[in-house]
Amino acid sequence: MARSYQDVLAGARERIPEIQVSELAELLESEDAPLVIDVREQDEWDEGHIPDARHVPRGFLESRIAGIADELDAPIVINCAGGARSLLAGVSLDEMGFRNVKSLAGGFSRWKQDGHDYTVPSTLTPDQRARYSRHVRIPEVGEEGQLKLLDSKVLLIGAGGLGSPSAYYLAAAGVGTIGLVDDDVVDASNLQRQIIHSNDRVGALKAESARQTIEGLNPDVSVKVHPFRVDQTNVLELMNEYDLVVDGADNFPTRYLLNDAALMTRTPLVHASILRFEGHASVFHPYEGPCYRCLFPEPPPPDMAPACGEAGVLGVLCGVMGSIQANEAIKMLLGMGDTLAGRLLIYDALSMSFNELRIRRDPECPACSDGAKLEFRDYEAWCAGERGHAEAPVSA
Amino acid sequence: MLRQAVGGEREVEVPGSTVAEVLDNLYDAHPAVKAQLQSEDGELHRFVNVYLNDEDVRMLSWLDTPVSDRDRILILPAMAGG
Repeated sequence: MARSYQDVLAGARERIPEIQVSELAELLESEDAPLVIDVREQDEWDEGHIPDARHVPRGFLESRIAGIADELDAPIVINCAGGARSLLAGVSLDEMGFRNVKSLAGGFSRWKQDGHDYTVPSTLTPDQRARYSRHVRIPEVGEEGQLKLLDSKVLLIGAGGLGSPSAYYLAAAGVGTIGLVDDDVVDASNLQRQIIHSNDRVGALKAESARQTIEGLNPDVSVKVHPFRVDQTNVLELMNEYDLVVDGADNFPTRYLLNDAALMTRTPLVHASILRFEGHASVFHPYEGPCYRCLFPEPPPPDMAPACGEAGVLGVLCGVMGSIQANEAIKMLLGMGDTLAGRLLIYDALSMSFNELRIRRDPECPACSDGAKLEFRDYEAWCAGERGHAEAPVSA
Repeated sequence: MLRQAVGGEREVEVPGSTVAEVLDNLYDAHPAVKAQLQSEDGELHRFVNVYLNDEDVRMLSWLDTPVSDRDRILILPAMAGG
């Protein structure tokens, strides 16, 4: 004979202990706060949920739990609307080996009724839900992560070889505000690698050309065009408007300026540089990890450091390294994974090999060590090798 | 740029029991490298980084850092291209 819904529910109640709303509220204030998983459907969640709860609709619970709860002993409280679906969900987790699962008696309805705080989430529009569906399906991103990206602001220095692919992917990913700093215009010789521009925009400002491409790709992105060269008079104000900076500059003075300004404003810097077949990438997290000057305390003289314009660069190398920058930026914005902070990634396109070097904070670093006197200097003169003159920092 | 100074090779094998000895032997075998790595007074340029395996020799014993048979030394000049 078939078991009725009531029978199944009664069986579940015998296996899964229930927790009362008042007890959960107290636990959430304590240091032993359990992980709360809300198994209701999207439209129910959108109308409000317990603060800090994670949303996993009942139908996806078994497939998505791995990205959310990893330890079988960790305390988990499941809630639904009234306390029935959460019991059945509890049985599933119990069968998967989770040993500390409880079901919230009365569910979110009783939580709300009893006057406890709840959060009404900002949500993706139906269009956004479709556009970013492949992101939302990744447990580490989810709708919450996608909303975070839409709320993020990234500043790109340079809309050239590195800036083209990184801006392109950040825009596609739905980073809500992208600032583009570039004072240059599109030249025919750029199009072999700077894929965000096009033939009909030769002669146009690069930042403006990139804005047009991004707006054609994703209407969610607001592009701020900064058609000037970043220098010590404008860099701090610029950086303060953004969550992180992607360094796609093509010269040493700008790279050292960005490093100092990132330290002053405590803005994370996603670094990459390229030449011929070789690319470098890292992440500089101010005062938490090494900075660019821990890695390269002094710039090479100009004759020892050819630029891409002289030495050449493989077009697709820009795509690889710029994409790595976009990847690291997205991870930092979402607070997931391990970034390249403390590591220098070296890519050799000719041998198709990746190498990693360790970078440590230099206790003597002239920029970020405890005793360092961090001030802007005349970066152009310093990088041109005029040491005597440039050792004295100039103030902004 | 360094590769051109050693005849286009990506890796060269050089004997030596310290970083300094390896570099001296490298200069003997490929004199063009010397000017790129050293200043006129014989000091390693500050803008050249030298790694033993994956660690910066500045964090080890600098040029006196001992080197054994299978170690890899990497010479890394800064690049600015973007």
